[in-house]
Amino acid sequence: MKTDYLLLVLGMGIVTYLPRWVPLIFLSRSRLPEWLRQWLDFIPAAVLSALILPALVTTGEPRHLTIFQPALLVSIPTLIFAWKTRSLAGTVIIGMALFWVAGRFFS
Amino acid sequence: MWNHPYSSYLKEGMAAAWPICLGYAPLGLAFGVLAHNAGLAPWEIGLMSLFVYAGSAQFIAVSMIGSDSAVIPIILTTFTVNLRHLLMSSSLSVYLQRLGVGRLSLYAYGVTDESFALNMTRFRDGDWDWRRALALNQTANLAWIVSTIIGGYGGQFIPAGAFGIDYALPAMFICLLVFQIRGGLYVLVAVLSGLLAVAFSLLLPGNAYIVMASVTAATLGVFLRKGYGKGREGAEES
Repeated sequence: MKTDYLLLVLGMGIVTYLPRWVPLIFLSRSRLPEWLRQWLDFIPAAVLSALILPALVTTGEPRHLTIFQPALLVSIPTLIFAWKTRSLAGTVIIGMALFWVAGRFFS
Repeated sequence: MWNHPYSSYLKEGMAAAWPICLGYAPLGLAFGVLAHNAGLAPWEIGLMSLFVYAGSAQFIAVSMIGSDSAVIPIILTTFTVNLRHLLMSSSLSVYLQRLGVGRLSLYAYGVTDESFALNMTRFRDGDWDWRRALALNQTANLAWIVSTIIGGYGGQFIPAGAFGIDYALPAMFICLLVFQIRGGLYVLVAVLSGLLAVAFSLLLPGNAYIVMASVTAATLGVFLRKGYGKGREGAEES
């Protein structure tokens, strides 16, 4: 089991590292065409949105739609706060506080 | 006294990592507890956090270990779950030009959803460089490793749901998404990506939905910008 576990962790490490490493090495040394730069420029907004929204409106395994949950409710004032103040620290603190309060009401 | 010029990079990078550390603490503890329950010793947990350093993949791996899965399926699952970092590293590469292979290789280790989101925002604001970003990455990394090991000793230590700490990372992501919006086209791409992600996540198991939705939405954004530029001579710029 011990060698098995070492092999497992090593294998997991390699397959995790490669997708992180390959684009950094290859894309950072070549001159990128304009369309690719534009495409990469949209990636952060697209990825963040794709990470957040499903986590706010789906639950369970297999996933199903759950619109009415504290996480989504709290996200609306959190988003407005972020938009108005443009403060990361403030947004994280407000988000946590609202989620805490919402949790007490919901459960 | 340590008055090396690097110390200011280090300090700024470490300080900027706080929302990630706040979020990793409860996640790491929860992971440690699960891994402990799946029969892993604290040092084994720490080893995985050090070698793999990928939250969701580690959660999945531990549940597979708990159900006596073979090694290869766990590694393959890890690979697919972490493919999304291809996109993030590609996007980061724009800001890491002219770095040597060694530094890039070091940087690559610390690319996670969270460090990517935070560093991209900082890079774009312009007051950021690879040294600060690396310090941020490694601070987050340390927080993850330490919290998973502590969890591995079987303690939850932070009561579930305390102070809304589970919302630290979602709130950070929401705020960083807002920072990424620089015009109507970005709103469109973000909304589209989010909706596609929800649809794909309901239809498909696993997390392929992240890559599928973002690639589709970003591609559409490029085409829309092209059409936009032709019609209005690039009125929508930054």
